Amino acid sequence: MRKYILQRFLQLIPVLIGITFLSFAMMRLAGSDAVEELYANAGAAVSQDVIDAAKAELGLDKPFLVQYFSWLGGMLTGDMGVSFISGRDVFQTFVRKLPATLLLTALSIALTIVISIPLGVLAAYSYNRCGEAKNGWERISLALIDYVLRFFSFIGNSLPNFFVALLLMELLAIHWKLLPVISNGTTIRSALMPTLTLAIAMSAKYMRQVRATILEELNKDYVTGAKARGVRNNVILWKSVIKSSMLTIVTLLALSIGSLLGGTAIIESIFMWDGVGKLAVDAITMRDYPLIQAYVVWMAIIYVVVNLITDLLYHALDPRIRLGVSAE
Amino acid sequence: MSETTVRIQKICRDTVKTRLIIFGTLALLLVACSLFAEHLCPYDPYLQDLSNAKAAPSAEHIFGTDRYGRDMLSRVIVGSRTSIFSTLLLVAIITVIGTVIGVFCGWHGKWIDTVLMRISDMFLAFPGLVFALAVAGVLGGGLQNAIIALAAISWPKYARIARSQTLAQKETTYLKAAKLAGDSTAKIIFKHILPNIIGPILVTSMLDIGTMMMELAGLSFLGLGAKPPIAEWGSMMSDTRSLLTTVPWVTFAPGLAIFISVMVFNLLGDTIRDYADPKSRGR
Repeated sequence: MRKYILQRFLQLIPVLIGITFLSFAMMRLAGSDAVEELYANAGAAVSQDVIDAAKAELGLDKPFLVQYFSWLGGMLTGDMGVSFISGRDVFQTFVRKLPATLLLTALSIALTIVISIPLGVLAAYSYNRCGEAKNGWERISLALIDYVLRFFSFIGNSLPNFFVALLLMELLAIHWKLLPVISNGTTIRSALMPTLTLAIAMSAKYMRQVRATILEELNKDYVTGAKARGVRNNVILWKSVIKSSMLTIVTLLALSIGSLLGGTAIIESIFMWDGVGKLAVDAITMRDYPLIQAYVVWMAIIYVVVNLITDLLYHALDPRIRLGVSAE
Repeated sequence: MSETTVRIQKICRDTVKTRLIIFGTLALLLVACSLFAEHLCPYDPYLQDLSNAKAAPSAEHIFGTDRYGRDMLSRVIVGSRTSIFSTLLLVAIITVIGTVIGVFCGWHGKWIDTVLMRISDMFLAFPGLVFALAVAGVLGGGLQNAIIALAAISWPKYARIARSQTLAQKETTYLKAAKLAGDSTAKIIFKHILPNIIGPILVTSMLDIGTMMMELAGLSFLGLGAKPPIAEWGSMMSDTRSLLTTVPWVTFAPGLAIFISVMVFNLLGDTIRDYADPKSRGR
């Protein structure tokens, strides 16, 4: 196990270097125009000397790799430069906005779990029981439960999250006047709509995965064996099937965090939720490259770390691997 | 195999065929709508009629009119050209690029394979939309740049599938025989490998159309895709969302259009997957 952890950490290094290099290269390619654009936006015609001086001040005149390493060094010590627009420290701005986004993400994940795991299990169970139902009515109602749940998951999968956001806004805030349209600070009341929006999209996808996982487990031989021995269906479901599918379910959830991190950007800017997503969208519209850079790099790092933790947890929780009876 | 199982299998196959025909037709209709958009519009989508601005949906204007009095139905129809066409283009691009890289890696192997696969790992390590946002932001808005941004993050998936399929094909006896018979590399790749691996790749790309359409519309919604006055569903929604309190139909008409198109393409994708892989049915 210890060897495995070490191996995973070593694998992380090239990925992190790749991520930082890619983001840096991308921003630098655009960044050299940014100075000219800054002056062009100001409306004043400036001489090449002024532009060169500004580039030198930002360190844009040095060779590419030198710039990269000095930037990487700065990043590790929390110095990612200052914003082109506000002149504030980029890293500090990012860190100050991060908790709001993490809160939104955590709430959405919690709501997703509450919605999709029970519904996914119910759908799988209904589908599975459908074949053994004794009479026609029971069969139809079980099939119907599965069908309706799958239908909703399908609808949810086809709705773009910004459309869901606007629909919720129209219904909850404008039509029924239950919630404020635009968030006024990081309160639970204003977190409700963005959380709901993100959770709807995520649950639709996740419920399907839960259903497939449970169904696969229900079709295994040991379930048939347990049934043959007369173990009650409920006992099989709760004591064996759900328990052994949990590992896969948790892993799938962690893997979907990546799309959630990207999704928050649109939702935050619709609901004016003051997190890093909105910060990034604003930075993109104003071409504030250092801020965009900080956003991309740190989001990627968070994502990679979450994946790593998931992977390690998976290995720690799976007895086959923990006890060294690995499948390899 | 009992008689009932055979019968159930037959019914299953038939419903998949029926679904394929229904959803295939619907998808074709959408594509046709985007092809002949100009001829289908009841009104000129760019013609302003301020005396008739913000009109509620009625028999004349099914989706109402926007703040400049432009007919929303016509704008949604014209928007289909941008939205549906650019999505199909995007999916075609990533399928081709991914397949070419994947087949090349699988066939050639050695260091090129290692390098390209590490690069694809790196792209897979990024949370997709975050990266697309940044790329679109750096390149500046515009539909073309949004397509580039999404293509940049989406090709690795296809490269992975194409590579593993190519590797599997390389081990087959018939391919070894073809090699022994002295077939040229080009012939082996185009005549033997490609026809055998294209199935799973095409299924993946069909399943991706819906997602790509939503992501492209999302970028446009943020102002990083198509720009007004070009009618595009995502940008139309963001353009009008300040009017949500007074004229919600202006925002919801393009939203509905995205929803319906994504749903049709998702249904088609699911059906094609079921058709290609009977094991996945009912999953």
